[in-house]
Amino acid sequence: MTATASQIQSSRIPFLTADFWQETFALTRRWFIQLKRRPTTLLVGIIQPLLWLILFGALFQNAPAGIFGAGQNYTQFLGAGVIVFTAFGGALNAGVPVIFDREFGFLNRLLVAPLTSRFSIVLASSLFIVSLALVQTAVIVGADYAFGAGIPNGPGLAVVALIVGLLVLGFTALSLGLAFAMPGHQQLLALIFLLNLPLIFSSTALAPLSFMPLWLRWVASLNPLTFAIEPIRHLYRSNDWSFADVVLQAPWGDLTLAGSLGLLAGFVVVSVLLVQRVLRKSLA
Amino acid sequence: MVMSDTPAVLVQQLQKRYGSTPAVVDVSFQVGSGQIYGILGPNGAGKTTTLHCICTLLRPDAGQVEVCGIPVQENPKAVREKLGFVAQEVALDKVLTGRELLQLQADLYHMPRPLAQERIATVLQLLDLTDRADERTGTYSGGLRKRLDLAAGLLHQPQVLVLDEPTVGLDIQSRLVIWDFLRQLKNMGITVLLSSHYLEEIDLLADRVAIIDRGTVIAEGTPEELKARVGGERITVKLQEFAPKELAERGAALLGSLPFVQQVLINSAQGNALNLVVQSNGEDPLGKIRSHLQAHGLELFSSTQSRPSLDDVYLAATGQTLLDAELAAAEAATGKKKK
Repeated sequence: MTATASQIQSSRIPFLTADFWQETFALTRRWFIQLKRRPTTLLVGIIQPLLWLILFGALFQNAPAGIFGAGQNYTQFLGAGVIVFTAFGGALNAGVPVIFDREFGFLNRLLVAPLTSRFSIVLASSLFIVSLALVQTAVIVGADYAFGAGIPNGPGLAVVALIVGLLVLGFTALSLGLAFAMPGHQQLLALIFLLNLPLIFSSTALAPLSFMPLWLRWVASLNPLTFAIEPIRHLYRSNDWSFADVVLQAPWGDLTLAGSLGLLAGFVVVSVLLVQRVLRKSLA
Repeated sequence: MVMSDTPAVLVQQLQKRYGSTPAVVDVSFQVGSGQIYGILGPNGAGKTTTLHCICTLLRPDAGQVEVCGIPVQENPKAVREKLGFVAQEVALDKVLTGRELLQLQADLYHMPRPLAQERIATVLQLLDLTDRADERTGTYSGGLRKRLDLAAGLLHQPQVLVLDEPTVGLDIQSRLVIWDFLRQLKNMGITVLLSSHYLEEIDLLADRVAIIDRGTVIAEGTPEELKARVGGERITVKLQEFAPKELAERGAALLGSLPFVQQVLINSAQGNALNLVVQSNGEDPLGKIRSHLQAHGLELFSSTQSRPSLDDVYLAATGQTLLDAELAAAEAATGKKKK
């Protein structure tokens, strides 16, 4: 199987070549042109998290002070959760336009072209979704600040952006993998629907670990969303943070800020390897 | 001309199945450099699967496929650089303008910006699209969409252009434009491989043709060769505008007994007309047919005489006309959906 060997090889090297970036940016540009001419997507993507903040914030407004952690009211607690599940929602849906491309035959246009690596299709979507998620995050951080939740310091904001970027990369890759592996859009949409809310509810987005029964604590502390939420929450809590700070006391041990970044990076690596496998297997 | 020795496309004993359903059973053919080569067959015969195997969209289960001497499975990327592919369904992003789509296409083929702009201007002009290039493709008509798709397939100046049913669903005017254009490509030295289930399209355009039925090549050659090989003259006889089956059967039996009639088929798609193959030797077969029918109390409603067509080639090989095969395929498809 010389073909597979050469394909694997060519999919490792291309990141350094100008050709790879030319095809990647061309595909990214397509998504941005679509966004520019159909701005509704962006508008909804900004209004929705604000509604979450207002409605969920109001829901627990009269909860006893301090039960969400020392010196935090629910609006402060919720900010990190809304940032993460907004970014997560966008990433999880990344495969939808791609599966429609597959069904309408547009994908064949890309597949008959001599792409340096088909990973450029994945990277193009990821760059687009990450940019979108960062815009959404900026709006949520601003709104949260206006609601009196405070704001992380400068370096803290940079780490928030890094966390959102990693989380979105991981879930975008998974969603695109599904878009290539699923038989059709009905199945993909059903699966996204199935994954979306349970993943949010089994994380610490809406309630802290201490509220949960032990089994759910285990689930929540293995959920990648939690690895993103808790460090952001910590950056909101403390202006004097360090990478060695413990951000989550999980049933399996203490998780530090550096540790959660490591876990998120690992999640990205696993997702990207999975999608590479799917690309090789399902496409000739 | 080193190229002329190597066929532009070589397909040998290609096989491809989807699960347990065989799509391509045994397909072999060679496309000479600079030819227009046609693949003719009813829907579901395996044309698209064959083309997808050539264009690196599908991995063959068995057999050899080469483009310009490059084996497709070993070196798909090199093959993609030589090939242009225009799919049956025009897939454009309707939010993009024609020019933006072509720019995307140019980037996928790694063209430097100035070259891309020059080539885009050329193909737009070639396909008479310049005026509409900066409008969104969502506003284009079917013919215009197809032309843009052709422009995209040609942008990187491929040596071989593969077209899957290029004129299906288009109005006559657009079909004529595309036929003209394909002849122009041939004059430019580009090899064209096209599939079609339109007989006249293949007959008109193709230098050579492979007729495919149920995943197998049943005839291959120039259209003239194939028609000559079938031989004989075609006479279609109608006893009534829409003859009842019994009447048609009686007529068929009567005419089948005539010594110069080689074959009689009752064509249900033509209102139970009788398709005859006759060996006339310069005499007047139609007059004899008329008097023979009259002697047995039957009248001739209408008749047409013709030289063999590609449909007759198909008929001789499969026992049914292309139209019948189309109808059967359509029926099988709706039957499946009902289940």
